[in-house]
Amino acid sequence: MAEMQTCKYTPKDFKSDQEVRWCPGCGDHAVLNAVQKALAELDIPKEKFVFVSGIGCSSRFPYYMNTYGFHGIHGRASAIATGLKTANPELSVWQITGDGDALAIGGNHFIHAIRRNIDINIILFNNEIYGLTKGQYSPTSNKGLVTKTSPFGTVEEPFSVGELAIGAKGKFFARTVDADVTLSIRIYIEAAKHKGTSVIEVLQNCVIFNDGIHDVVTGREVRDDRTIILKHGSPMIFGKNNDKGLLLDGLKLKVVKLGDDGISEKDLIVHDAFESNPGIQYMLANMRYPEYPVALGVIRSVPGHTYENDIEEQIKSIQKNAQIKCVDELLTSGSTWKVE
Amino acid sequence: MAKNSDAIKREEVVIRFSGDSGDGMQLTGTLFSDTAALYGNDLSTFPDYPAEIRAPKGTIGGVSGFQVHLGHSEIETPGDYADVLVAMNPAAVKANAMWLRPGGTIIIDKDNFTEKNIEKAGYIKDPVTEEKLESYNVIATPISSMVKEALKDFGLDTKSVLRTKNMFALGMVYWLFDRKLKYTEQYFEKKFHKRPEIAEANKVVLRAGYYYGKTIEALNPVIKIEPAQIARGTYRNISGNTATAWGFIAAAEKAGLKLFIGSYPITPATGILEELALRKDLGIITFQAEDEIAGICTALGASFAGNLAITSTSGPGLALKSEAIGLAVMAELPVVVINVQRGGPSTGLPTKTEQSDLMQAIYGRNGECPVVVIAASTPANCFHFAYEAAKIALEHMTPVLLLSDGFLANGTEPWRIPQMKDLPQINPPFADKSDTPFIPYKRNSETLVRSWAIPGTPGLEHRIGSLEKTIKGTVSYVPENHEMMVKLRADKVAKVADKIPDLKVYGEESGELLVVGWGGSRGYLMIAVRELQTEGKKVSLANFNYINPLPKNVRDVFRKFKKILVAELNMGQFADYLRIKCQEFDYEQINKVQGLPFTVKEVKEKCLKLLEDK
Repeated sequence: MAEMQTCKYTPKDFKSDQEVRWCPGCGDHAVLNAVQKALAELDIPKEKFVFVSGIGCSSRFPYYMNTYGFHGIHGRASAIATGLKTANPELSVWQITGDGDALAIGGNHFIHAIRRNIDINIILFNNEIYGLTKGQYSPTSNKGLVTKTSPFGTVEEPFSVGELAIGAKGKFFARTVDADVTLSIRIYIEAAKHKGTSVIEVLQNCVIFNDGIHDVVTGREVRDDRTIILKHGSPMIFGKNNDKGLLLDGLKLKVVKLGDDGISEKDLIVHDAFESNPGIQYMLANMRYPEYPVALGVIRSVPGHTYENDIEEQIKSIQKNAQIKCVDELLTSGSTWKVE
Repeated sequence: MAKNSDAIKREEVVIRFSGDSGDGMQLTGTLFSDTAALYGNDLSTFPDYPAEIRAPKGTIGGVSGFQVHLGHSEIETPGDYADVLVAMNPAAVKANAMWLRPGGTIIIDKDNFTEKNIEKAGYIKDPVTEEKLESYNVIATPISSMVKEALKDFGLDTKSVLRTKNMFALGMVYWLFDRKLKYTEQYFEKKFHKRPEIAEANKVVLRAGYYYGKTIEALNPVIKIEPAQIARGTYRNISGNTATAWGFIAAAEKAGLKLFIGSYPITPATGILEELALRKDLGIITFQAEDEIAGICTALGASFAGNLAITSTSGPGLALKSEAIGLAVMAELPVVVINVQRGGPSTGLPTKTEQSDLMQAIYGRNGECPVVVIAASTPANCFHFAYEAAKIALEHMTPVLLLSDGFLANGTEPWRIPQMKDLPQINPPFADKSDTPFIPYKRNSETLVRSWAIPGTPGLEHRIGSLEKTIKGTVSYVPENHEMMVKLRADKVAKVADKIPDLKVYGEESGELLVVGWGGSRGYLMIAVRELQTEGKKVSLANFNYINPLPKNVRDVFRKFKKILVAELNMGQFADYLRIKCQEFDYEQINKVQGLPFTVKEVKEKCLKLLEDK
């Protein structure tokens, strides 16, 4: 449909004149690249995009985009983005955040933005570490991780981004890998088109403080067997040889080998991202290696009312029958008296 | 209704309604004030209630009071001492007896003066004897039983019947002051239009109280206060919080912008958010945030989007908003932060008034972080200063801290309603569409204000943020650049002084003593100074509304007085600020931190003492 687009951009149109200052080899470069490519494919005028961020390595992102941008303070990007989108629902608002920014200091704003279903797109760079402060554990670090503030290993349970987002009544959750630009572009486009809060978790590599943390799942040699890319309407098949699948065994998901015990494709679950009951999507979002493959792609995408739209509609309906239409009428409403 | 032919005329009178927090004293006081206002009296009210919604019944901690001061002449304060005290139980007597003028009238509900209640209030014997109230006109009325009698045919349960007893007391007070019941009756009809039997019950009890007062000649003669001689115009009664909310609505309309408030409920500021939430008819967006920080951060998002953005809070909330105010300073975005001050520190005294957030407002942020600070000084002028705060924020691209306090927020007074056409223009510095590429921190050479480019405008794409940057918006840690930007931001705020009015002096422009106040304590200081002037003392008053920057003529005002007395409801924060800003003067202080306003008496005593010490 590219020829139908009224806004014709190339990824280059979204590159700002700023020097990109992430470490060489950082996963953030690939995310930036994928986002710029995705925006070029969306039929949205460039001036409508706004990138909002908090604090952390990924939060420098807005400076590198030739769009409107607001680099905020630590943890508060969801709140800033919420105000921005509510004030002007015409804008395409993107929040760039990290595991610390969104889930530690900004946890409250993150869950409430999702609960309200503000139509913003949240790209959460999850490298399971604090990079900008040089290597402390984060709310997504696995229990036992040795870092500068956990020299003997953390004793904390990590958050799972998808579990938290769905628990906060999230209606869109997707997961991708920084280096998989093709999958990422597809997800960013779907997120942009989804009306409501879209949460995209990017498994992102920090080359300096947590290098290779996701490799056990996303490494070139193992990723086909240790991840599953979900597509709405398709049976859940994965593996290098497309020979593995997921089925529902009682109340739990189970990894099976096609052909074993007469299991065929029709026994597998067909992915339904649009199902409003989050039960299976929740299990999919929580799959961990080695018991399961890690789910990638759009896991949940359920339409619903958005906050800013409901606010606009409420104002419109009240204004239709309003007695008071301007400030002069407000000031003289109710009990008043005249002094001659 | 029979007229009281033998009424005597008085210039002013103070009435205090008090009872348990469940007794409906706030409503009683409000209804009385509305009737007085509609009659044309000038007035000032002061609600004084506990933080607990229903504190233990019958205890001092649970006493809720509402004081109203009305007059034929101009009224500046809710008054120090009451002429009439309504006390629905022994605890109300205990909490308020010291605030009664000698010879005043006390109306009590005799039925509530049981042994148990007397004990709960901390009395051993009957309070009437213990408080030595012989010199007062004590009207002990069996209100509860009379209400039961009046409503015996209504078929209401006892709880609903007793809920109307405040209206009996109100009826009595109406008789004392020769008031019409009409407005209060209309209120019931409107409020209970779906339950006419409740409306009728309240009306019956109100009338019963009125006629009871008449029958026993509770006060002879009754007191009449003629309408006030005030400027021509249309008036309404207004509270500080409502006036604040409306000031912003007016500013948004004048500037042609949408109004956005991001806010979290907090006493005593919540009324602002509630009032704005009612105003969907005027397109106001009210965002009840998940916390104080989200309150201001959503406002900053809305400000970036081109709205008039505000956030309202009280002291503890201001503390939480500090970092985001810094972001607004750094990004140079317009936003108004309203701080309705209460007693602190920490949770402090949520429902009581204080002026102790001044230093927090002026300095309470990391880094060199100046903002404009202004303070309203009467319930009604909250409208004006909210409007001014919005105008300054928008025209100077800066956060403005607007200080109100619990006393102003909940207090009410008649207000001459302005017309929109008479309010000053508001001209935000919108970027020109041809101004591309947009340089975010390029400034107007005279005001140092940057332009405002709104997302959605083609060609003006740009980035702002919390890091130090160059004029172009590029992140920069260059030492000289940082210092230059710090100075530019400070100079921009300092230049607001070019736009604000001179400090006014009430009274002679020179003399023995200048009383200096700021914000909400104006009324009491004004009365104290006026009385001293009448007594022939060379005392004047200067009450500040503009705190940062200070008006340009401050030194010229100060140097014409031999002594300066800074009066404030804190330990001396404004006095210390003046010591920094205008070092060449000596400042005497009067301070009070009791969660209460000054009394005229204590201010006068301090002034007289200073006048005596040569």
